[in-house]
Amino acid sequence: MNPPDYEYLRKLLKDQSGLDLSADKQYLIESRLLPLSRKCGVPGIDDLVQKMKGGSTSIVAQVVEAMTTNETFFFRDKIPFEHFRDSIMPEMLKARAARRSIRIWCAAGSTGQEPYSLAMCLKEMGASLAGWRVDIIATDLSQEVLEKSKSGIYSQFEVQRGLPIQLLVKYFKQNGELWQISPDIRAMVQHRQLNLLHDFSQLGAFDVIFCRNVLIYFDQETKISIFGRLAKAMEPDGFLVLGAAETIVGLTDVFKPFPDKRGLYRPSGPRATTAQAAMAMPKIAAMAGR
Amino acid sequence: MKTCLVVDDSGVVRKIARRILEEMDFQITEAEDGEKALEACKRAMPDAVLLDWNMPVMDGYEFLGHLRRMPGGDRPKVVFCTTENGVDHISRALHAGANEYIMKPFDKDIVTAKFQEVGLIELTEQSPV
Repeated sequence: MNPPDYEYLRKLLKDQSGLDLSADKQYLIESRLLPLSRKCGVPGIDDLVQKMKGGSTSIVAQVVEAMTTNETFFFRDKIPFEHFRDSIMPEMLKARAARRSIRIWCAAGSTGQEPYSLAMCLKEMGASLAGWRVDIIATDLSQEVLEKSKSGIYSQFEVQRGLPIQLLVKYFKQNGELWQISPDIRAMVQHRQLNLLHDFSQLGAFDVIFCRNVLIYFDQETKISIFGRLAKAMEPDGFLVLGAAETIVGLTDVFKPFPDKRGLYRPSGPRATTAQAAMAMPKIAAMAGR
Repeated sequence: MKTCLVVDDSGVVRKIARRILEEMDFQITEAEDGEKALEACKRAMPDAVLLDWNMPVMDGYEFLGHLRRMPGGDRPKVVFCTTENGVDHISRALHAGANEYIMKPFDKDIVTAKFQEVGLIELTEQSPV
């Protein structure tokens, strides 16, 4: 791939999705865009870029989607779900006893494995949640992956990565080589398209936010802005869960880590007012201590 | 070093499984049917058994029943690895004492995930990209 095309794609992805590719990610572009160029009926990535430069918005949208969609699996990394079951939920059951409702946001819900893993965790808690309302909102940049998530249909390969066999038998219905998660688990998850670069204050306040393996793609400034806005979208005693390779340390102090629980964070300060939450992004980034 | 008994009537499958499991630091023994697998378990009880279902002489399901009644036979983690991918087969296997279940075809990621699931190997950090 020639350097000008690589620069063109880098800039376009940065502007459209916040994806911040370093100079050495040619392999990533090739692995994602070669299948797409075949799908679009052109021989290679050069031709795809030509079409994008020629003003094909449909191809631009598909390129952004292909580059930002990530493979995921059920109960990815395991430990965050143990935190959810053993620390977050027991505390929330006490803290929300009067309200009897909990709002959870999967900020990079992708093809549904994460929100459905949380839904299965909640089902497994059984009677302790009787009479409670638990909302799981799954958002993603990509409409295509949201559609897959809504369908709850997974290949035999996908259901074998991370999903214990007992849960497969309990919560999925087999249809040939495909497996569909049960209607009552699907009903626990609401789906919305959302770009984390844009304002998300309309989603309301959450008790728990899973925002895993998405911020790694953003540059520092964008990360700080998103952390600032996540903090405002969260109850003061809420929990933020980040991916295994992600950290907030050294970026901003709007969240503080749990010393003994890797990837788990809690808002540091008093909660922002609605007026502040509605403010424009750059200003919030500035407030976040840059 | 942990030991794993690979039971499958296909030499090709045993070879693939051996390669994957050796990379995960298991010491491998092989058996081509349930009867030979039982003999291997009498000689030395493995930590793990990767078990095909359909085999001549004695199938994997029957082997599992015998294994779980042997002295020390409750100890190995048994992971089925079979083309039988129906819920009925999976449920029967679990009732008979299987710990996990792989539906063929399988690859390294699936074996790793399933062996993590039953605690045979430690969790590894997955790189996000």
